Amino acid sequence: MHVTLHVWRQAGPDVTGSMETYDAPDISEEMSFLEMLDIVNERLNAEGREPIAFEHDCREGICGSCGMMINGQAHGPQKGTAACQLHMRKFADGDEIFIEPWRARAFPVLKDLIVDRAAFDRIVEAGGYITAPTGAAPDANLTPVPKEVADASMDAAACIGCGACVAACPNSAAQLFTSAKLNHLNLLPQGQAERYQRTQAMVDTMETFFGSCTNHGECQEACPKEISIDFIAYMNRDYVKAQLKNRKLLSQG
Amino acid sequence: MIGSLESNVPPGPIEGKWTQHKFDMKLVAPNNRRKFEVIIVGSGLAGASAAATLGEQGYNVKVFTYHDSPRRAHSIAAQGGINAAKNYKGDGDSVQRLFYDTVKGGDFRSREANVHRLAEVSVDIIDQMVAQGVPFAREYGGLLDNRSFGGAQVSRTFYARGQTGQQLLLGAYQQMMHQVHAGTVELHTRSEMLDLVVKDGVASGVIVRDLVTGHVSRHSAHAVLLCTGGYGNVFFLSTNAKYSNASASWRAHRRGALFANPCYTQIHPTCIPASDEFQSKLTLMSESLRNDGRIWVPKNPDETRSPDQVPEDERDYFLERKYPSFGNLVPRDVASRNAKTMVDQGKGVGPLKNGVYLDFAEAMSRVGASTIYERYSNLFDMYQRITDEDPMKVPMRIYPAVHYTMGGLWVDYHLMSNVPGLFVLGEANFSDHGANRLGASALMQGLADGYFVISYTLANYLAGLLGTPPVAVDDRAFEEAQQSVDDQVKRFLSIGGTRSVDHYHRELGKIMWDHCGMARDKTGLEKALSEIPALRDEFWKDVRVLGDGPMNQSLERAGRVADFFELGELMVRDALAREESCGGHFREESQTEDGEALRDDDLFSHVAAWEWGGDGGEPTRHVEPLAFENVHLTQRSYK
Repeated sequence: MHVTLHVWRQAGPDVTGSMETYDAPDISEEMSFLEMLDIVNERLNAEGREPIAFEHDCREGICGSCGMMINGQAHGPQKGTAACQLHMRKFADGDEIFIEPWRARAFPVLKDLIVDRAAFDRIVEAGGYITAPTGAAPDANLTPVPKEVADASMDAAACIGCGACVAACPNSAAQLFTSAKLNHLNLLPQGQAERYQRTQAMVDTMETFFGSCTNHGECQEACPKEISIDFIAYMNRDYVKAQLKNRKLLSQG
Repeated sequence: MIGSLESNVPPGPIEGKWTQHKFDMKLVAPNNRRKFEVIIVGSGLAGASAAATLGEQGYNVKVFTYHDSPRRAHSIAAQGGINAAKNYKGDGDSVQRLFYDTVKGGDFRSREANVHRLAEVSVDIIDQMVAQGVPFAREYGGLLDNRSFGGAQVSRTFYARGQTGQQLLLGAYQQMMHQVHAGTVELHTRSEMLDLVVKDGVASGVIVRDLVTGHVSRHSAHAVLLCTGGYGNVFFLSTNAKYSNASASWRAHRRGALFANPCYTQIHPTCIPASDEFQSKLTLMSESLRNDGRIWVPKNPDETRSPDQVPEDERDYFLERKYPSFGNLVPRDVASRNAKTMVDQGKGVGPLKNGVYLDFAEAMSRVGASTIYERYSNLFDMYQRITDEDPMKVPMRIYPAVHYTMGGLWVDYHLMSNVPGLFVLGEANFSDHGANRLGASALMQGLADGYFVISYTLANYLAGLLGTPPVAVDDRAFEEAQQSVDDQVKRFLSIGGTRSVDHYHRELGKIMWDHCGMARDKTGLEKALSEIPALRDEFWKDVRVLGDGPMNQSLERAGRVADFFELGELMVRDALAREESCGGHFREESQTEDGEALRDDDLFSHVAAWEWGGDGGEPTRHVEPLAFENVHLTQRSYK
């Protein structure tokens, strides 16, 4: 197949970028989207032009490195699929494809399609953990966790931290990312001791980097792991409770 | 050679070695720990767990990762699970049995004492990870669920859907980020280690390049921990992530650290077959699928019917036929070689006839399609996205691919290399898996090293350094190391050749796969030994690295591929010198009558540890003999 690419090129964080057009003939439908970019880069290199910089690593949809706006959609047209697992068979011969970096103030562009997502690490750092120093843990089966609870926690924990939710949101809000991490931990019995402190710290940190949620729901649509916005509701509930809860009374429910 | 090749395995019966040794080793008191600087390179399971633990204990830790976030490390892609001798199923598991299975699975080429320690601490890992909130799969009663894995006859594998590596890595990452918040761990992302600094034979620090600004900096410490993973990407096509590389290990090797058993590579039996020339990497389908999937090929090589139309008696379930007691759950090397045999006989399936079927039809009719889907949903979805086929309707097609490297930097019982002060953890070291790793044991080893071994053995080393400041970064050793990094960067940018880095990487990968892949022989290995240096010379004359800005992915790759060339050559040398078959290393010349790997314990029951011979020089092969006092040396049999 033959496609035309319009790609955002930007040499560095502090310079102005622009859309450049590249002709991409002889592309196989069996290629992944990133393999198509590999081929384009090989050709650019052969012509003496600098290849397009883009982030990618595992190419199995789990590391969360890749991410780009493809025709205005985070990770492109296939639902529940990261850019690395998108295949060219989802496009048609003759298509024009627009490729841009994540668009969000909290994710500044470093080069071409690569952005800085360090703000996510700051949110996790603020409280996205259960304090359990190495060596202090009791036997793993001491506390039963109902299967439904473990499953719900896992649904939230599946987040890969790619940033598509932020990029898709008209407000560049990070509620889906933050609530996924919060619910992973807040749902489990092991996460109860720090539940409200964690919620408050992570939400407050999130607010310093990202916009606010106005319930558009674009994040859920863009999420390659199809994480539900229900988690945002649970997070908001816990955040309100965190303002009121006397932590000494936690054990009394 | 720097240092010694003494394994430092403590005396006494194997069950008590580690317990007694923990008491015998020196400690660093809590108020003295902040006086020590520790550098950790890599933030996967081994690196993140070590950083979290050492940070909690009060050491000053600096962590370097080339990723934008520690959470990207390739541990995240491990799917199937993590082994532990919990015996929660009451089906006969024990530390002794996990130890035995691992030594046997490694085809008697690992160090017994290290493996026993691994089996001992495996139970603590599960406790630790559950306490941190890893959402392992549960039974309806709320207790932990287990599944079985290749090479074992018990259910000892804990899992979190098909994303066990992700959940464990996130657990260790979160614990480390807690320490970043607490100020004990200083995190440097997008920072690639490009050299190890060795001063008077002792590891003293690292040279690091900031991948955004291009700034090269010097970092000094009392000890350096390499937790930098394996080198499967030598083959270009592998299941490793694209950034995974061997440069940290290789740079340390060039500075004197011995590289052990480089030829031991694991070819994973269940990957999606390559679809064409442009393939950039291969995707693994977890081995756990072999619990419910049956592997077969049509008996007729010219079969053209769709798989569901092939009647039972015209199918060859070759693993069940040849290995009735383990069936589809034979270890990875055995499963891989048998699949290769079928494809070589022309019985392969799929458009390129380069795969075998992995069929869930029988399991779905036994326990129900929804149960099977629940067990493997993310794998089935991933398979469908890549191939456009639904494994619930059509059998999967699978074929072996390079997956893991058992070889790595040589370490003693303390996980210290022969260079004092340089420790190596996780896949980057060689010690626990021998010539073949069992499924669900990589996560176990990474976390065992990082959580439950290094804090003891590092303290034992550091205790002797109390009152000694780290080497100053303006020392000549640092200056010289930084100069060599700067020179290499300039050299790449000035070659101005015609072909891309990826071109050379692909070509190297082809040589490695053809001659040092699933089966090796003398003729092929000697051919590779002449082809690799020729290709490397061409690379250094003709590679084209474009770009004048500081952030330059071609430049990053060029350095990694340059190191792969040297490592690839060493792998071939090692494979040539080891004139026996063992585990993942199959020499055509050394096989039994029915085509199984044939070891030569008289001549090769040892670790081969290679010393760098300088640019253009010959490396030296050192030997650490292996003694098997607790697990009897036998020819492996999974029949």
